[in-house]
Order: sequence, then structure tokens, then C-alpha cells
Amino acid sequence: MDDRLHQALALLPERLGWHVALSAAALALGLLIALPLGVLAARHPRLRWVSLSLAGLVQTIPSLALLALFFPLLLLLSGLSERMLGHGFSALGFLPSLLALTLYSMLPILRNTAAGLTGVDPAVVEAARGVGMTDRQRLWRVELPLALPVIMAGVRTAAVWTIGAATLSTPVGQTSLGDYIFSGLQTEDWVAVLVGCAASAVLAMAVDQLLGLIESGVGQRNRRRWVAGLAGLAIGLVGALSPLASVALSRGQPGYVIGAKNFSEQYVLAELMAGQLEARGARVERRINLGSAVAYRAVAASEIDAYVDYSGTLWANVLGRKDNPGRQAVLDQLRTGLKDRDGVVLLAPLGFENAYALAMRRDRAESLGIRTLADLAAKGGGLTMGGDLEFFSRPEWTGVEQAYGLKFRARRQFQPTFMYRALASGEADVISAFSSDGRIAADDLVLLGDPKGALPPYDAVILVSPKRAGDRRLIAALSPLAGTIDVKTMQAANYAIDRDAGKVSAAEAAKMLTR
Amino acid sequence: MPAPNALIALEQIGKIYDGAAVLTDASLSIAKGQFVALVGGSGAGKTTLLKTINALIIPTTGRVLIDGQDVAAQPGPALRRRIGYVFQEVGLFPHMTVAQNIGITPSLLDWPADRIAARVDTLLDLVALPRESAARLPAALSGGQRQRVGVARALAAEPSILLMDEPFGALDPVTRVALAQDVRRLHETLGLTTVMVTHDVGEALLTADRIVVLAEGRIIADDTPAALLAGAHSDPRVAALIDAPRRQAEKLARLAQKGGAHG
Ligand SMILES: Nc1ncnc2c1ncn2[C@@H]1O[C@H](COP(=O)(O)OP(=O)(O)OP(=O)(O)O)[C@@H](O)[C@H]1O
Ligand SMILES: [Mg+2]
Repeated sequence: MDDRLHQALALLPERLGWHVALSAAALALGLLIALPLGVLAARHPRLRWVSLSLAGLVQTIPSLALLALFFPLLLLLSGLSERMLGHGFSALGFLPSLLALTLYSMLPILRNTAAGLTGVDPAVVEAARGVGMTDRQRLWRVELPLALPVIMAGVRTAAVWTIGAATLSTPVGQTSLGDYIFSGLQTEDWVAVLVGCAASAVLAMAVDQLLGLIESGVGQRNRRRWVAGLAGLAIGLVGALSPLASVALSRGQPGYVIGAKNFSEQYVLAELMAGQLEARGARVERRINLGSAVAYRAVAASEIDAYVDYSGTLWANVLGRKDNPGRQAVLDQLRTGLKDRDGVVLLAPLGFENAYALAMRRDRAESLGIRTLADLAAKGGGLTMGGDLEFFSRPEWTGVEQAYGLKFRARRQFQPTFMYRALASGEADVISAFSSDGRIAADDLVLLGDPKGALPPYDAVILVSPKRAGDRRLIAALSPLAGTIDVKTMQAANYAIDRDAGKVSAAEAAKMLTR
Repeated sequence: MPAPNALIALEQIGKIYDGAAVLTDASLSIAKGQFVALVGGSGAGKTTLLKTINALIIPTTGRVLIDGQDVAAQPGPALRRRIGYVFQEVGLFPHMTVAQNIGITPSLLDWPADRIAARVDTLLDLVALPRESAARLPAALSGGQRQRVGVARALAAEPSILLMDEPFGALDPVTRVALAQDVRRLHETLGLTTVMVTHDVGEALLTADRIVVLAEGRIIADDTPAALLAGAHSDPRVAALIDAPRRQAEKLARLAQKGGAHG
């Protein structure tokens, strides 16, 4: 427990630093755009209507989706600029997060600026004209100062929203306090989740209080208050960013970037690959918790250099195939297909599969005499089938159900953790499982055989970006991993970071794979 | 026809709001140094007419000349810095102190700070406000004090023209009479040309050199107080307007005589 807290806190300076850098940049950019727009909107009712509707529309897009949408858009723009100007930019990480959060921060600022300005007493506005002010002088000397408390209230709201939403930049590859939350939820590391939530809540509250100090200082024309608020913000900003600056200074040329999707096995495999590279003296950056759709595009665009994906996923999602020509044929066709399509190198199948499978308790399976899905179809009519929340709507399930003519007494859906408990307690007899899940070995479960090959193969494979396709050091570091990990070993490593008691870090679990 | 020496000339001013005529064919020529009172019922168009003079309102037809120059052809801000204006709603800037409110037009004209400070002191004395009030915000003043600040602000940049829209509306009768006398005195000593809108015909008769009566957007009388009191106008609306304060004065005089007899 203490150890986990210690580990989590050691990562805090960098994650907090990025979180602050991202939120502050997004808020600054949001202010830069929304303030002038708000001023214009206050003057022109039609523009007010249009801009507020648009900003409101953005607000209704879930922030996670907004962030994810910016990645392909930026990839496209980066590709265009590469072609037209000769160099692109990184579509992963800071930029998509910044743009999405900026959009997100605009509504409250825009709305309050327009409302604050239109709310100024018309008699005072006319007096400003009457004493001989120009439009600009009226804005700066009368309207903005009088609207400032309302505008500041909008800035506060925007700041709290932005800091909260910045935790969602993790899946597009931006380090933030969200790293704690995404990884922690995956590995059920509640210490990490709590550290992430607490840090982002404390940050949001502190910024809110400081902005509140500025707001009340401005409202009461109390110079000392708002200067204190501004100073607090400035000190906090410099303090939070200084770890990043020292990291940036100590860093030489950029190293390799290893990616991972957002679940435990991926963290372990990313550490495994990173360890191989670091053992050869290379510097490695990790981009973990990438969204599933983000990861492949990121490697195709050389935003990351390598990550592990699964043959069935690539087969269906990248090549758009629905057939199943067999495990080896899928690998062979992927190797040429990905190379031709995106220049991505399928470097090494690691040796194990993380496939959809049906699992039973060993004692139950043996007493019923069920070893394969064919047995299950023959003898399972009185059994209860449990699936995770999406399993029954996936093509894998329909395929199996039709191929074997499976029939059950009942079908129930569970949260994964509860699904394994239901199996242990006998509430479910058969469950959907991932074949490399650590709980299979730990709970002594058997995976039912698939003689008809109805379930697609999900071989874990290392993919390498086009940019690194000819990189000797990378290839030399990663190709020896081919075929070295059997499913038992992977299950054990996954269990080591997922289990409740005696949890280890992903890096330690990775060492179990090379033993 | 405007007299050749007119400082302010309104030529056939018309103003239409949403199809409704608020001012119709209003012509007025005001010589330098005159004190003109603009009277009439509520909604007669007094404020509208006054605001055309410093181009806060642009008339639909007709034109306004100041010193022979068409105001529509001049930049509004510069014009308005040369003309003091006291608003019906006062309209002090709530985020500025009394001193900043009074000094606003001089600061727009880039006067040096010490000259502005001196001018603020002078004006506080002129409108009989204590100098300590300079640092206060308008919210900390009484309605009457605010109106005095409004007058001081209008005079701050030493304008030659002063436009006032019901400047004494929120005052008690005693202060009202006193401030009206003060303004008249300022008008004399500063050599101003003044146009004052008021509801109070008695006040207009006692303070102004000339009274212009507006009804439904038209000028229905334009004469000296003496001529109006002598009944020079046959229009019953004018007669009714003048009669009201006169009767009141006569009643008061009789009452005072009776009271004197008893005492
Ligand atoms: N911006 C405007 N839009 C439409 N109508 C207006 C506008 N301003 C004034 N009016 C109308 O013009 C008429 C004259 O208004 P104005 O303010 O000049 O009257 P006033 O003589 O000053 O009245 P009061 O003594 O009540 O102040 C009124 O009927 C008023 O409703
Ligand atoms: Mg009026």
C-alpha cells in the first residue's frame, strides 16, 4: 500500500506538470479566442446567436469523443502539411488535447462575456458616449470593467471544466493526471485512481479559489486581492511547470516511442519492449493508454514507433475482413496487407493469443465432460452463460452461437470482475473470457476448445512504424521476442499486476516474461 | 431662419422611430450666452431634441449646426468632449470614484494629471460638494449628490455649451431651488450657452431667458418668460402650462397674506 502510494507519487511531478501546462495553454487560448468573440457577439445579436449555438453544440459532444475526433483530423492536416510544406507535426498528444480543451473552454467565457457586456446599464453606456468616449474607449474604460465580474465567473467555470476534462487527454497520448485514472481503473489499482482524482480535484479547487480571489478583487476594486490571486496563479504555474523544464533540459535527442492501449497486458508488453531497448542503451518514451482506434493510426503515422496489437483486431478493423482462413494465414496476409496499405511492419508474433474464448471452472467442466464448444452445444442446454457487457453484441459471439448451435438455460451480463465471481459461486456455468487473462490460471479455469475454428485468432504481434521499419537497433531489440511468450506466462504476468494483494508494477511484471 | 450669430441652430429637425414621428419640423436658433428651457409633457420629445444637439441622436430629417458647422460631418467623440451633457438618468460610472467621474472628459482630452486634479477640486467647490467626496464611489452618494456630480462632470472640460436633461429631478425642493440658482450663476460666470430640459415650468420661468414649449414633437411656443406670463400665446396647451405655476403662486401669495393678517 505504502509502496504503491510511493510509486504513484513519484510520477506526480511530471503528470501534474503536463496537466497544468495543457490546462493553462487551453484556457489561455480559449480566452484569446472567446473574449474578442464575446465582445463582437455582444455588439451583433446574430453573431451572438450563432456563436453561442456552436459553442453549446461543442459542449454536448462528450469530451472524450471530442478529443478522439481531433486526432484523425490532425493526422489529415499533418499529412497535408507534410506534402505541401515538407514537414508535418505531431498529431498525437499535446496538440489534439489542446485544441479539444480549447473548444471546450470557450462556451462559458463566450457566454459570460456577451452576457456581461449586454448587461451593462444602458444609461451608463450612453453616458460614456455623452462624455466623448470613442467606441474603443467605451469598451475598455466602461463596458469591460463593469462586465469583468461576470466574465471572471465564466473564466472560473472554464478553468474547472478544462482541468477536469484534461484527464481525458490520456487516450490520445498526452501525459496528464488522467494516466493515474485510466491505468488505475484497468488494473484496479485504487491507490493510483485516488491519487489521480485527488490531484486533479485539488488543482481545480486551488485554481478556482485563486480565480475567485481575482474575481472578488476586481468586483470590489480591491487591488491587493486580485494582485494576490494573479501572483498565486503565476507561482503555481511556474512551480508546476519547472519539473517539465528540467526533464526537457536533461533530454538529448528524441528516443524511441513505445505505445500501449489501455489495459494491463498492454502495459506489461510496452514495458517489455521498452526494457529491451533500454538494455541496448536507447532512450524510450512511453505513450500508454492510447485509445484502441488511436494506437494503430499512431503507428501508421509514425507518431509511435512500436506497440502490440492482435491479429484478429487488425484483420477486422484495418483490413476490414470478416472471414477466418486460419491462424497462420491471417498472420501471413496481415504481414503483406499492413505493409502495402500503411508501410507498417508486422515484426514478431509473440507466441500467445489474447482471444475471445469461453471458460468454465475445471471441476464443473470435468464432471459434465465438456472440453470443447461442440461438447458444450451437446450438453450445455441446462447451463447459464455469463458475458461481459459487450460480448453478446459482438460478431465473435454470433459466429460461435451459429457455428455450434449453442443453447443455454439463461444468459446474463456482468461487469468483468463480477463475472468471474459469478463463475466461482456457480451463478454462471460458462463465461466469456480473454484467453490471456490472469484470472484463468488463478481461478483454475479451462478454456473450451474450438474445433470448427469459429473464433478468430488473436495473436499478439509487435507492429513497427514505417519510419522505424529499417531501424537496426529497434529491430535487433524487438525481433528476439518473437515466439518467446506462451499464454501461461502471459496469464501469470497479467495476474501479477491485476491481483488485489501483492500487486506489482508493469515493469516488474514484464521481467516475468523474459525469465 | 437661424440668426447669423446663432451658436446652435436646429433646422427643421424630424425624428421617426418605428414609423412614429417623435419630432416634427423643429427649428430653433440659440445665440451665444442664452439660457433656454425646454418644457413640455412627458413623451413630448424633449430628450430626443436635446440629444440631437451633441449628435447622440441623429435626426431622420433636418440638420444641426454648431458655430455654423454641421454636427453630422464631425467626429462624434470630439464634438461631445466640447459640449457638457447632464443625463436624465445621471449615468455616473459606478466603477469610478467621484473624482474620476468628474475628470473623465479632461482625461479623454489628455490633460495632465495635476491639471485634472485641480479642476476636480474647483468643480467640487462649484457644485457645493465636500472635497472628501472625491474618493467615494457613486453608490456611496445620495441622489442629489449624484446629480451634482453629473453637473460637475458636464462642466469639467470647460465647455462653452451645457446641455442638461432634468438635472434636478431627484432633489428636494429647497436644494432644487438652490441648485437651479447655482447653475444660473455658473451660466453667467462661465459665459455658457445652456439648454435645460425640465418638467417644472415654474423653475423654467425663474431660471431661463427663453422658454421653448414642445408638444407631440412640435415646438408650439418659443418666447421669453415675461411674454409667456403676459399671455402672448393663444394655444390652450401653452396657456394651461403657464397657468398652473402662476395659479399656484397666486394661491400661495394669498395664503401667505392671510397668515400674515392672523399673525
Ligand atoms: N429609442 C427609441 N425608440 C423608439 N421610441 C423612442 C425611443 N426614444 C424615445 N422614443 C419615444 O419618443 C418619444 C419622445 O421621447 P423623449 O424621451 O424625447 O420624451 P421626453 O419629452 O424627454 O419625455 P420625459 O419628460 O418623460 O423624459 C416617446 O414617445 C418615446 O417613447
Ligand atoms: Mg426625457
